Amino acid sequence: MKYFKPKSLTEALDLLSDEKTRFEILAGGTDLIVQWRSSPIKPNGMIDINQVEELKNIVETDEYIEIGALCTHRMIAQSKIVQIHLTPLSDACRSVGAIQIQNRGTIGGNIANASPAGDLPPALVVYNCELELSSIYGRRWLRLRDFFLDYRKIDKAPEEMITRFRIPLPIEYTDVKFYKIGTRKAQAVSKAAICFGATLRLSSGQAHEKIIEKISIAAASMGPTVVTASKTEGLLTENEIDEDLIRDAGRSLANEFHPIDDIRSTAKYRSTVCGNLLVRFLKNL
Amino acid sequence: MIERIIFINGQEKRVSGEPEVRLLDLLREGMGLTGTKEGCGEGECGACSILINSEVVNSCLFLLGQLNDGDRVETIEGLEKDGRLSVLQDCFVKRGAIQCGFCTPGMIMAAEALLRKNKKPSPEEVRESIAGNICRCTGYSKIVEAILEAADRR
Repeated sequence: MKYFKPKSLTEALDLLSDEKTRFEILAGGTDLIVQWRSSPIKPNGMIDINQVEELKNIVETDEYIEIGALCTHRMIAQSKIVQIHLTPLSDACRSVGAIQIQNRGTIGGNIANASPAGDLPPALVVYNCELELSSIYGRRWLRLRDFFLDYRKIDKAPEEMITRFRIPLPIEYTDVKFYKIGTRKAQAVSKAAICFGATLRLSSGQAHEKIIEKISIAAASMGPTVVTASKTEGLLTENEIDEDLIRDAGRSLANEFHPIDDIRSTAKYRSTVCGNLLVRFLKNL
Repeated sequence: MIERIIFINGQEKRVSGEPEVRLLDLLREGMGLTGTKEGCGEGECGACSILINSEVVNSCLFLLGQLNDGDRVETIEGLEKDGRLSVLQDCFVKRGAIQCGFCTPGMIMAAEALLRKNKKPSPEEVRESIAGNICRCTGYSKIVEAILEAADRR
């Protein structure tokens, strides 16, 4: 097998730009190595990017929190910046596989793998995450939610690689929560995973009811890619939270997604549990 | 063919082979360190767990090429010193945390990684640290007790 281990991003992009050296990118390998083993077709080569140190940073600037593509799930979960500002993202990273996987798997690899059950996208989408794709021709940023085109299909050209993620600041939400439903607390591909982000304000009336100014909903294992729920979001926006609204919103969400039956769960269970989790989230606001 | 100079259980060693060789196979077949076990080969069971630079990883998902010069690899064989079991290993034995023993090396490496970072873990923290290690025999209770006792004794 032809094996390359570039020491810089420039070196990696050069390799990708040439068809003769454009092999699969190996980061942690926790998805790729499993796929190579179960496939009858073995790769001719690989580009091991583990020494491209410039992709391993987590930085807070005035405008963004930036996370390098080679940051492992563990690095992200342990980062003080993430724990303080993006706690549900830390929760999502800790829900991936188990500690052995989190020590090796990276955010770039998780997103590039584009599993519909990926645990990170729901939280990243709620936080309006963008990702950077780089090649020798330049760099471009796009919204993470636009990166996933269809089942395991991503908007990435062959000579491009994912280099960074960024979450715009300030974080507008007052409450964000990530839930994952699986057979076990660890080593579980989710039956459903969902992230809710809400901005609350109190009404000016005497009763000081809570009003949802904005709400974002993103879910995994509910479609071929991470999915959002604009209908239910619209139902909740600029409304006072009361029992009727909570019940209606739960029902709306249960009907808005169109999941499938598969080896892990049924469409009916998945839809029901998403509706119930929204109710739980709203009741706890 | 590639080459790396790494530490295996504290000893500096030059290892070579094809870059796609699994660290699990390098250890078991290449070096006769058969304490590390293959359970599933896909990172789900943790039987192949070892430490690299004090972090616990699945050696079935770690390729020779991914090693860097200077990496410190530790396997279950490396925990005993001068023929004496470590405190953690001793607690597993004394507490009845071992039945068939197949999960044990990986389980102990995961626990070792925890105790190096967290000297006094709670039961919940212990359980999260071994969540990537499956045991079909013990029901985990005695494993958790052994790790908590080791934390006290270390």
